[in-house]
Amino acid sequence: MVLIRATDDRCLSLQRQGRIGFYAPLSGQEAAQIGSAAAMEANDWVFPSYRELAVALYRGVSLPEIFHQLVGDSKDPTKGRQMPNHFAFRDQHFVSASSPIGTQISQAVGAAIAARYRKDPIAVIAYFGDGATSSNDFHAGLNFAGVFAAPVVFFCENNEYAISLPRDRQTKSATLAEKAAAYGFPGVVVDGNDLDAVYVAVREARRRALSGGGPTLIEAQVYRFGPHTTSDDPRRYRSQQEVEAAKKDDPLLKLKSLLLQSGQLTEAGDAAIWEDAKAAVGQALAEAERTPPVDPHTLLEDVFQSPTPRLVLERAELDLFLGEGVSKP
Amino acid sequence: MTELTLVQGINRALLEAMRSDPDVLVLGEDVGVNGGVFRATEGLFKEFGADRVIDTPLSETGIIGTAIGMALYGLKPVAEIQFTDFIYPAYDQIVSELAKFRYRSGGQYPCHVVIRAPYGGGVKGGLYHSQSNEAYFCHTSGLKVVVPSTPADAKGLLLTAIHDEDPVMFFEPKRIYRAVTGEVPDGDHRVPFGKLRIAREGTDVSLFAYGAMIPPALEAAERLSAEGIQAEVIDVRSLVPLDEEGIVASVEKTGRAVIVHEAPRFCGFGAELAALLAERAFYSLKAPVARVTGFDTPFPYALEHVYLPDAERIAHAARTSVKAG
Repeated sequence: MVLIRATDDRCLSLQRQGRIGFYAPLSGQEAAQIGSAAAMEANDWVFPSYRELAVALYRGVSLPEIFHQLVGDSKDPTKGRQMPNHFAFRDQHFVSASSPIGTQISQAVGAAIAARYRKDPIAVIAYFGDGATSSNDFHAGLNFAGVFAAPVVFFCENNEYAISLPRDRQTKSATLAEKAAAYGFPGVVVDGNDLDAVYVAVREARRRALSGGGPTLIEAQVYRFGPHTTSDDPRRYRSQQEVEAAKKDDPLLKLKSLLLQSGQLTEAGDAAIWEDAKAAVGQALAEAERTPPVDPHTLLEDVFQSPTPRLVLERAELDLFLGEGVSKP
Repeated sequence: MTELTLVQGINRALLEAMRSDPDVLVLGEDVGVNGGVFRATEGLFKEFGADRVIDTPLSETGIIGTAIGMALYGLKPVAEIQFTDFIYPAYDQIVSELAKFRYRSGGQYPCHVVIRAPYGGGVKGGLYHSQSNEAYFCHTSGLKVVVPSTPADAKGLLLTAIHDEDPVMFFEPKRIYRAVTGEVPDGDHRVPFGKLRIAREGTDVSLFAYGAMIPPALEAAERLSAEGIQAEVIDVRSLVPLDEEGIVASVEKTGRAVIVHEAPRFCGFGAELAALLAERAFYSLKAPVARVTGFDTPFPYALEHVYLPDAERIAHAARTSVKAG
């Protein structure tokens, strides 16, 4: 969790320095992401939004791989095709994220139905925010999941804001979790700053999913400490006072005090963890910045399995263009 | 060979693909117990059961989102959109998600979904059971788009679609689901994408059409023949990928082109064909490229017979082209 916070801190300043183009911070959501990721198994599938950097890391993606994507260099597994934070890591069953809100929810249901059809003993988890509960695919996905008793866990990180819109302008419902009742399955509210509570809730939802009990909607209540993305200025829509109040429940502080109390951590140990984390971030960034940029010829790859005649013609056009130096990459 | 209607050709392709590959499954509204509102999935539920012929809730975005998830997991879903007029709730899933998965994941997550969608007018379906919206999807990189016009192609193109590795929009000309019959090869008959079909050979003018516009184009060619004009009727059938070589070759032979589709003219698929001919067959053209299409209006109910291109409008455009030079 410290590593994630250190990544967030660094990336916000990297964006301001122009070294990465964009960043979607997750500070305040670390316990929700790590607790839920820990409750799932390596063979389970994850359908993330663009804010699930911590989930990717927990599932075994390395920090340098993360930074290759953030920088968009030639070692980026997504080949520089997407904005930062829109990860895809096949080996970790971390499905490609997109920018449209909520579309991954019904997709997760399809994957869950497919896994059950194949008799694979796995579950699927879909991540989304509070704003996504207003989307078409939240309704469609939860409705389908209920009808088909799909082995899926819906994990909503309610961080109180969809860009500028507070949670109470998103829905009249008292909680987001209660929406599950309309779809015929349980909805659970959990303190997203409590690592153990999140783990227990997701673990139980996973067990239900795999035992044929169907889906669960979990609302992890958190607070987005930072901006929606680096393109957002939250001072326009919320007070610093409100942010400071929320930071009293910082999941990192909560975990730290728990570990200090139980004697599993010392202040010196905590400081060392922070130093290690900052060093790891620095190394991963340096590695990404040393890596050559994306080869412009990859522009036309992966549209289809093999290029159509039209794309072959366009490749020739591109080669000519690049070769003659008309356009420098 | 078996004599089948076009919709039976589709049914046969689904049946054979599902028998040979347990990863193939069908989902959509009323496709199971009811066998589909056009009976395209008739008998499949009985043979393969509810796990492979899935009656879904009434939500196109749910159908396509679910199909995408299945495909990412490795299955080969064939999703039915009951009428292509109702595909728009799924437009985000198709355009933002399905078409882009392979590209945006750097090739890690190909996403092979076949979307079957009955399209087109002539069935007294009014605004919302008559549209030809193929151009929206042709304009989206990452989607293949095909339209059969014969029972053999219905089966052959659908089997190719199901065994392809990319997302395929499969538009079915519902007006001729039963109006057209023909011999269909038995077994694993596949028609390759990217190859047009010469429906009738000719030397004087090329008529480019697809789907339900093939019968009126052939009828027009028949009338023109009686007047001494030999029209070549090209069934484009694979809109993406497009047989650009074949299209150019036909116009190099005839020197004249008439493009026919039901959809409105402005920014319709015909515009791409006309641009292609301007780019690659300009010096072969003896007359301006003509388009015979639906009007630039929403699809009308009472006046659909006026709206839709018919043999006489097509023949008129061909005559004008021949007179022009």
